[in-house]
Amino acid sequence: MNHQNFTIKTNNLSIGYKSKSETITIAQNINLSLEKGKLIALIGENGIGKSTLLKTLTGIIPPIQGEVSLLHKSLQSYKPLDLAQELSIVLTEKLPPSNLTVYEIIALGRQPYTNWLGTLSDEDTIKIEEAISLTEIQHLIHKKHDEISDGQLQIALIARALAQDTSIIILDEPTTHLDLVHKATLLKLLQKLTHETGKTILYSTHDIDLAIQMTDEMIVFTPNQIVQDQPCNLIQIGIFNSLFDTEHLTFDATIGKFKIK
Amino acid sequence: MPLTKKQNLLFIILLLVMVFLFLVNISLGSVSIPLKEVVNGLLSQEMSKESWEIILWNFRFPKAVTAILVGIGLSMSGLLMQTLFRNPLAGPYVLGLSSGASLGVAFIILGTGFLPTFISSFFLSNYGLVLASSLGSFLVLMAVLLVSQKLKDTMAILIVGLMFGSFTGAIVSILSYFTSAEKLQKFTFWSMGSISNLSWNEISLLSVFVIIGIGISFMVIKPLNALLLGEKYAQSIGINYKKTRFLIIIATSILAGSITAFAGPIAFIGLAVPHMAKLLFQTSNHFVLFWSTLLLGAIVMLCCDTIAQVPGNDITLPINAITSVIGAPVVIWLLVRKKRF
Repeated sequence: MNHQNFTIKTNNLSIGYKSKSETITIAQNINLSLEKGKLIALIGENGIGKSTLLKTLTGIIPPIQGEVSLLHKSLQSYKPLDLAQELSIVLTEKLPPSNLTVYEIIALGRQPYTNWLGTLSDEDTIKIEEAISLTEIQHLIHKKHDEISDGQLQIALIARALAQDTSIIILDEPTTHLDLVHKATLLKLLQKLTHETGKTILYSTHDIDLAIQMTDEMIVFTPNQIVQDQPCNLIQIGIFNSLFDTEHLTFDATIGKFKIK
Repeated sequence: MPLTKKQNLLFIILLLVMVFLFLVNISLGSVSIPLKEVVNGLLSQEMSKESWEIILWNFRFPKAVTAILVGIGLSMSGLLMQTLFRNPLAGPYVLGLSSGASLGVAFIILGTGFLPTFISSFFLSNYGLVLASSLGSFLVLMAVLLVSQKLKDTMAILIVGLMFGSFTGAIVSILSYFTSAEKLQKFTFWSMGSISNLSWNEISLLSVFVIIGIGISFMVIKPLNALLLGEKYAQSIGINYKKTRFLIIIATSILAGSITAFAGPIAFIGLAVPHMAKLLFQTSNHFVLFWSTLLLGAIVMLCCDTIAQVPGNDITLPINAITSVIGAPVVIWLLVRKKRF
C-alpha cells in the first residue's frame, strides 16, 4: 500500500471527553487509515462511541491522546477555513426552517472559497453544476428544502458536500429514516462518487448487511477493539459475532447477514 | 447569488413606496401640508406659509427621520436574532431586550435620585441613557442566549423572554414605588414609546448608533447565510461561530438599546418586518434580506407613525398601540402556520 494514498490516519488515538474535573476515555489505541477513493463504513452498537469517533475525526472534539492526521498534517493544526477545504460533513438532523432552495444549499458548500460577501465566481458555479450532475438532482434544484423527501434532502446535502470540493466526506448515519430502495440508491451513489472522484467517504451506519455488500472497507467498533479491514476478511475472522453483546443474534457468514436465534 | 428580475423590480417598488410614504408622513398630521408644498419645502426650503416651514423643519421632518432610523434598526436586530436563534419568533421586543433596555432607563430616570448630583447628571445625559439602555438589552440577550443553549425548544426560549420581561417589569415597579411623581411621569411617558420630540442632536447621536449596528450586520451577511444550515454545518464550512455570534450580539444590543433609549420600547416591528421581507422576496439569502428588511422597516414604521398622528385630528395615539395592532396578528399567524420562515 502506498503511503501517499491516505486521507486520514490515526496514530494510537484515544477518544473521549475531557472536562476540568475528569477525563472519560471511550476507546483507546485506535489505528485507522482511510485511503483515497474508498467507501468505508463505520459500524457498532448504539452508544458505543461511533459519534465520538466521528466528532474526533472531524475535529469537533480534540483527541484525549494520540493524533489524527489529515493529508499528513495534524488535524488540530488546521485553521477552520483550511479544514473546510479538505473535510466536509453530512448530518442526519433536519435543517432549521428557512426558504433555502436545494440550489442555494449546494451553493453554500462553496463558502470556504467565496469572498466576504459570498459572491459565486465562475469556478464556484462550475463546481456546483458538477455536484448537481454527479448526484443527478437537476429536477430538484429549484425546490425549497422542506418540499422534498428525506431521501432527496440527504442526497442534496451530499451534493453540498461535493460542491465543497474536499478530499474526504464524513456522513453521520445517512441511511437512517430511509426505506430500502432509497438506502440502496444512496449507497450506490456513495460508491460511484468514491470511484469517480477519488474522494474518501466514511459513513456510520446500522445497516450492516448493506455495508458488507457495498463498501471497500469497514471499521467495526466493538467493546474490546476497533478493527478496520475489507468486509470479506472481517467475516472470516468472525468479528461480527462479537459486535453485539446479546444472545438473540448470530451472524451467518455464508449469506453475510444477522439472524435472530 | 444574483438577484432575480422579480426581486430587482420589488426593490425599485419598495424604494419608491418608501420615498412616497416619507413625504406623506411629513404632509399628514393635525395640520396637513399639501404634498407639493412638502416637496418644495424639502428641495428649495421655500414654502407658501411660514407656519408650514416651522412645522416641517422643527417637527415633521425630524420625526420622519427618526421613524426611518427606528424602523430599520429594530427590523435589522430582529432579522439577526431570528437567524441566530433559528427561531421565527425571535425579536428584540419578544425576547425581552426592550424590557432590559427599559430596566436600564428605569435605573437612570427613577434611581439616580439616590446618587450624588455630579454622577446623576452624567447618567441623565443622552450618552448615559444610551449606555444604560444598551447595557440592559445586552445583559438580557446574554441571559436568553445562555438559557437557549440549554433549551433547544423554540417555544421555551420565547417563554424565557417573557419571564425576563416580567422580571424587569417587577423591578421597574419597585423602583417607581420609591421615586417622585415627576420622575415617574417622565418614565411613564418614555415607556409608552414616542418618536417625536427628538432634537437634531439626539437624532444624530441615534443615527451614529444605528449606522454602527447596521454596518456590523452587513459584515456578517455571509456567516448568517451559513447559519441557515445550522451551527454544525456553518462551522464545517469554515465559519467562526463564536466570533459571528459575538458580532450579532453586539449589533443587536447597540440597535435595540440605542433605539429604546430614545424612542422607548417599540413593540413587534423587529419581529414582524423580517417576516414580511422573507414572505415578499421568497428567499432566505441574507444579502437580499438585508436590503429588503431595511426598506420594509422604514416603510412600516413611517406607516405606523402616519396612522398614529390621526391625520386631520388633534389627538396623537401612542406609537406602540399601532405597532402592536399590526404586529400581534403576525405572531399569531406565524404560530398557526408554523412552517417556513
